[in-house]
Amino acid sequence: MMQQAPALTIAILLLTAFWVPIFGMVKRESAYYISLTAMFFSFLAACATLYAVVTTGPIHYRMGGWPPPWGIEFVIDYLNAGVLVLISLISLLTTVSAKKSVEREIHRSKWPLFWSLYLLLVMSLMGMTETGDMFNMYVYLEVSSLTAYGLIAMGEKGALMASFNYVILGSVGASFYLLGVGYLYIATGSLNMADLSKILPSIYRSKVIFTAFAFFIVGIGLKMGLFPLHMWLPDAYTHAPSAISTLIAPTMTKVSAYVFFRIILTVFNPHFSWEVIPAATLLRWIAAVGIIYGSIMAIAQKDIKRMLAYSSISQIGYIVLGIALANRMGLIGGALHIFSHAFAKGSLFMVVMAVIYKTGIRNIDDFKGLNRKMPFTMAAFCLAAFSMVGVPPTAGFFSKWYLVLGTVAGKYWWLTAVILASSLLNAVYFFRIIEKIYFSSFVDLVTGGSGGHEHHELPAVAVAEAPLMMLVPILLMAAGILAVGLFNTQIIHHLLQFIVPKGLA
Amino acid sequence: MNTIVISYKPLYAVLVSLVGAFFILFTSEKRQNLREAWTFIAAFIKFGIVISMLPVILHGKIIKLTLVELAPGLSLMFKVDFFGIIFGLVASGLWIVTSLYSIGYMRGLKEHAQNRYFFAFALCLSATMGIAFSGNLLTFYLFYEMLTIATYPLVTHNEDEEAVKAGRKYLTYTLTAGVLLLFAIGATYIYAGTLEFTPGGFLKGHNISIGMLQILLVAYLIGCGVKAGVMPFHAWLPSAMVAPTPVSALLHAVAVVKAGVFGCVRIIAYVFGPVLLKDIHMWLIVAYFVSFTIIVSSLFALASDNLKRRLAFSTISQLSYIILGAALLSKSSLTGSILHIPNHAYMKITLFFCAGAIFVKTGKKNISEMDGIGRQMPFTMLAFTLASFGMVGIPPLCGFISKWYLCLGTLQAHEIFFLFVLLTSAVLNAAYFFPIVYAAFFRKPAEATGVAEASIPLVLPLSITVVMAVIFGIFPNFLFHFFDLARNAATSIITGM
Amino acid sequence: MDFIVSKFNYWIYIIMMMIGFYAMIAKRNLVKKIIGMNIFQTAIILFYVSIGAKKGATIPILEAAHHAKIPPESIEVAKYINPLPHVLMLTAIVVGVSVTGVALALIILIYRRYHTVEEDEILRQLS
Repeated sequence: MMQQAPALTIAILLLTAFWVPIFGMVKRESAYYISLTAMFFSFLAACATLYAVVTTGPIHYRMGGWPPPWGIEFVIDYLNAGVLVLISLISLLTTVSAKKSVEREIHRSKWPLFWSLYLLLVMSLMGMTETGDMFNMYVYLEVSSLTAYGLIAMGEKGALMASFNYVILGSVGASFYLLGVGYLYIATGSLNMADLSKILPSIYRSKVIFTAFAFFIVGIGLKMGLFPLHMWLPDAYTHAPSAISTLIAPTMTKVSAYVFFRIILTVFNPHFSWEVIPAATLLRWIAAVGIIYGSIMAIAQKDIKRMLAYSSISQIGYIVLGIALANRMGLIGGALHIFSHAFAKGSLFMVVMAVIYKTGIRNIDDFKGLNRKMPFTMAAFCLAAFSMVGVPPTAGFFSKWYLVLGTVAGKYWWLTAVILASSLLNAVYFFRIIEKIYFSSFVDLVTGGSGGHEHHELPAVAVAEAPLMMLVPILLMAAGILAVGLFNTQIIHHLLQFIVPKGLA
Repeated sequence: MNTIVISYKPLYAVLVSLVGAFFILFTSEKRQNLREAWTFIAAFIKFGIVISMLPVILHGKIIKLTLVELAPGLSLMFKVDFFGIIFGLVASGLWIVTSLYSIGYMRGLKEHAQNRYFFAFALCLSATMGIAFSGNLLTFYLFYEMLTIATYPLVTHNEDEEAVKAGRKYLTYTLTAGVLLLFAIGATYIYAGTLEFTPGGFLKGHNISIGMLQILLVAYLIGCGVKAGVMPFHAWLPSAMVAPTPVSALLHAVAVVKAGVFGCVRIIAYVFGPVLLKDIHMWLIVAYFVSFTIIVSSLFALASDNLKRRLAFSTISQLSYIILGAALLSKSSLTGSILHIPNHAYMKITLFFCAGAIFVKTGKKNISEMDGIGRQMPFTMLAFTLASFGMVGIPPLCGFISKWYLCLGTLQAHEIFFLFVLLTSAVLNAAYFFPIVYAAFFRKPAEATGVAEASIPLVLPLSITVVMAVIFGIFPNFLFHFFDLARNAATSIITGM
Repeated sequence: MDFIVSKFNYWIYIIMMMIGFYAMIAKRNLVKKIIGMNIFQTAIILFYVSIGAKKGATIPILEAAHHAKIPPESIEVAKYINPLPHVLMLTAIVVGVSVTGVALALIILIYRRYHTVEEDEILRQLS
């Protein structure tokens, strides 16, 4: 069983995805429970995979027993084992918390199809994480896009257009990726990542390789919402059903970011990505502009989902910046930020889902005094917001810390300034909400506001917390933020340090 | 070398109020007594833990505790030394007094959201202990930011427009300072490879260019100086006075601002060290810079009519004494500077308590309304008078001793200019405190009132602190051995041991 | 000139791709965008198919493969075109069809809701 764990992570979801609509025809409610069970077992398989990797080293799983480079293989090393568990954990928690929200936002007749697509989306994300084959990656990439198109389109007014724009841009991105694969295949005759990384160094000066690299950057950049290829992202996040925003915000862009790492560090080696072509310089600029742009746009938003979407664009900038710093600390910071941002953004979107479910509030101005109604949810929101701002000891602080160390070690002072400035901008848009949540109950009640001592008793607001099925995942995610922060050394020691190429300071 | 003792006490000192905070948070808003009981239990246990460490420290040992690795090569590390324990003693001791006062104040005004208030208060104290006992810069930063965040709900406590604005201002200043500090710490780590506080500094001998060191020092001092209210980064402090008075008293006179000052001294003495600071030609610049603050904020204090605001500016000026003493880098000035941390704390907290007692009793906030208040509230105003004498530096109050050593220090450093700064400031202190005292006792009140003191929970704390201020003036080693601790700390910094 | 002629398959795919790309970006009619997308995908498929081709080679089916065992060394690789890109494209075609299907379904839904497939008009209704 243990040897099959890498394949099981995907197989369970894939097979269940086909059964869900069938069972759903008999009884609509069953779709959810079947999906949840599948997600749970897939999560167990992911954990088993991680355990195997940590104890015995990277796993090469050959599909159907065909040896690479002809067969497709799953290669699970330290980085993607971590990402795999991260993705399956977060999607499992999202599944738990999404039940009520989906029941409200999606028409009953569509539940089985919804959950089927949902499983396929998670499956494809896990496949992207595990695969060691470039073309296989393309297939998973397209499956994740296709399912995401469908799921996003199930959202509210505006979702159709958001989804359509995503179709157009997503196809361009995937096609570029496919072209990149094609060029690599012309030059090397191989599609296997490990094989490619062995063949490529001899032909690094070839223009074909340059072109392929550029196609990959653009293709994956589109998928991960890297500035300036992010145009689809804010609309998609805003208009998608809450459950889907919650699923794709922490997972889809993070998996794409992982693929970014994989292509730059494994398929092409760092020597090529950083020295042969000046990709690092370009990416540094893109990341820096993206970080600032995302933060400023987030400040300008009134809709909380849209605000979080722009904040994601800025955070993706951090991850790319980590890669582009091209030094040890930067890489570790970027990789750790995949984890810390996944937890932080995941819990923020879960909180938003709970708030929308409970109160229907979307506009930031309406968050006033929400802490009286939903104290635990709002506490989790604060914690996640602190992580986004980078307050120690949350996860966000530590990834930021490594990134700052990376910029200092590389003497990119202006990038240090960018990171620090963006922390402050993050603080602006998060504390603006925290202030509303906690400290504005009187502003409306008492006009004039001076003195502030005439009013002692507030009108009692009944606590109306989110249902337990939402609250528990939210709190678990919040705990995850702290755990990633406090145990970041363990994560780095067991998983992330191996991504740093040998001999890199 | 100092003997190192490994003990979990510093961790417990931090945790006790953290745990207490959550007990408070989960207590029903209605159950005042239980909530206050939690506060007191936490405060007493914390103080007990801190004071139990004192004998060990006085024996010249250092308590050290290395916990989880926060980042590769960097641990969450506590280290209790002479300097740290002074701050720990002051903050934890005054927390007890302030808790008593808070209860009187909050009940007296029937304040709202008391759970949040006591919760944040306990968190602040936890963070303050962490700052006092942190053994390296990363641990320091962790608690420093925690303090920033935990203070925010206290500043905005009133939830009216003014409070929210003050809260924003507070966050803008302190978070900006925080990121500067983060940059400086990160750069220090990259260049020096360690962040552990060492008496006499650890940055020397790491082959860092002078320009870089200067930039680092500036970043550090702005990072910590914002909390310490060094001009021109002080503007948040007078605004933050909208907070309830116990907050102003403990946090904006003792814990938060002292954390900033504590940080500045740590940076000057334990990161850079006297030798390096002289090598990079920065000590005089820093000294001039804070001298400017000392004088100008005294002038601001003269101009403000709101009592708490005046006290805030006075705090700004007095805090800069401490930084000045550290920047002068002589043994006496360091002794004076470190000693001024507890001494100023006891005096300033008394003054704030008085301001709060007056407000609770009469609702008066402005000095111009306080004519003859001494007849109505004799105890309160007597304490106020004594404390203000201390601020000016009149013996036998404790303010005299620290100022004396600061003055000696200027002579030791052969910088007469700063002696004049200190003396001028003393005159200015007198100029803004004595009129209050005069008006309180010798002017006729607008309407005649009999003696009507504030309630016991308000008067008792301020009496305790003022008595302590007097005792520390006469017996500087009374109970806590502040003087010995300060002198030992100064010696260890100068000798680098 | 020789440069262009000798690599004509690349030029054709690039030109087709650009046409498709232009339609996807510049056309305001949603259906036209989808047509552009199809041209774009077809261009890539053509590109892949063309890279498997070799001069004078035939389809990759071994003669007499069913009758006798042929030692692998004796197969002349240059005689057969490379089948792998074609196989890859089978998958890509499936993916392309699915994307087109989803996109057309979306357009139908959009048309039902907004009664138009002109992007400007839809955006006007949305705002």
